Amino acid sequence: MSLWEYANPRKFLATSGRVLPLLWGLSAVFLVVGLTWGFFFTPDDYRQGATVKIIYLHVPAALMAINAWFMMLVASIIWLVRRHHVSALAAKAAAPVGVVMTLIALATGAIWGQPMWGTWWAWDPRLTSFLILFLFYLGYLALWEAIDNPDTAADLTSVLCVVGSVFAIMSRYAVNFWNQGLHQGASLSLDKEKNVADVFYQPLLICIAGFVLLFLALVLYRTGTEIRARRIKALIARERMAG
Amino acid sequence: MIALLIRDIQLAFRAGGGFGLGLAFFLIVTVLVPFSVGPQSALLSTIAPGVLWLGALLACLLSLDRLLALDWEDGTLDLLATAPLPLEGVATIKALAHWITTGLPLVLAAPVLGVLLNLPVQGYWPLVLSLLVGTPALSIIGTFGAALTVGLKRGGLLLSILVLPLYVPTLIFGAEVARRGAEGTDTSTALLMLAGISAGAAALLPFASAAVLRVNLR
Repeated sequence: MSLWEYANPRKFLATSGRVLPLLWGLSAVFLVVGLTWGFFFTPDDYRQGATVKIIYLHVPAALMAINAWFMMLVASIIWLVRRHHVSALAAKAAAPVGVVMTLIALATGAIWGQPMWGTWWAWDPRLTSFLILFLFYLGYLALWEAIDNPDTAADLTSVLCVVGSVFAIMSRYAVNFWNQGLHQGASLSLDKEKNVADVFYQPLLICIAGFVLLFLALVLYRTGTEIRARRIKALIARERMAG
Repeated sequence: MIALLIRDIQLAFRAGGGFGLGLAFFLIVTVLVPFSVGPQSALLSTIAPGVLWLGALLACLLSLDRLLALDWEDGTLDLLATAPLPLEGVATIKALAHWITTGLPLVLAAPVLGVLLNLPVQGYWPLVLSLLVGTPALSIIGTFGAALTVGLKRGGLLLSILVLPLYVPTLIFGAEVARRGAEGTDTSTALLMLAGISAGAAALLPFASAAVLRVNLR
């Protein structure tokens, strides 16, 4: 039993079909529990008031926005090296999800920033690099859309994803150099003594788990859709040849 | 390789080659800036380094779609792919030719346009230096973008969408050098980073460009 068996589309569809209901259910449970707990059963912050609660959407979305790109990078490299179609389609399927996550992170950040920092937007390194990440996603999606031949499109977008990753990381450090930030430092790491206070921390972890599961479910689902769309195209082409 | 370089440069200089268009674009953008932000010389001299960098970047970008498209249309690219010269070398030479015909004139024109924008005196050297170090990176990254979109019929706009995010680090460090130079502060860190980007791009990106070209020529 190896991971590569799932490179077979039939096997992938069968397994993901069995796993998906579970994933949908779990992510729904986690999100409902996490968000309800976070929104209604945690105290207001003594300085930020109720606005602190947007953290339950902002942090998981931001986390998944970056992880989605990372997943696309891994899937692209697998496609370039081993040429499994499912891998290329998974990268394609993850991109729109990543865009939405990026947008959620930017929008919730702006909504929180308005009362707290007194501004919707600031050219802070973290905010700026997220905006740049958004632009990278746009370019990636635009390239997928522009090319007719699916294999060529998969090849070109994969190379773009690899090159783009390098430049995205460089941009991250470049904007750090370019401007000092308003954004607070990381408050969630496994190796740090002082994190967010436990009352906020526990529901936040559940929300993050919910977002991860939701992302997995969406990507598996969308990959399945892409595989089926590819099959339909093949069937139509075959019919045309026969007729 | 040298023959290819000379051929590309000659083609660019001949009528219809588009040489000078980038330069004219750079000039016009610079002239339009005071119209849009107002003629106060204090304001202009603060934004001059950034505007000049942005103008140079856009001028580079505009000339990119000609970089490979003509060779693609008349089949030169197929011949180059089957020639003994590796495609990585072709990509490097194309980038170099683009830099000589577009980047270098921009570097030389920038100080003249700096006068129009009231650039402070101590800012000229850093500006020229930063453009000299940074524009090769623009050409090399642009070659990668041109190679990605070469097979597409309307690749022009897509090309800009793909290439502009990749230009971000170069622009940040380049404009930073020019800005710090104009303010009279230390420019060495940003300049070294900019040179690092150029050198890294020159070393690695031709491989990506060649890989992409092979896919497109398949």
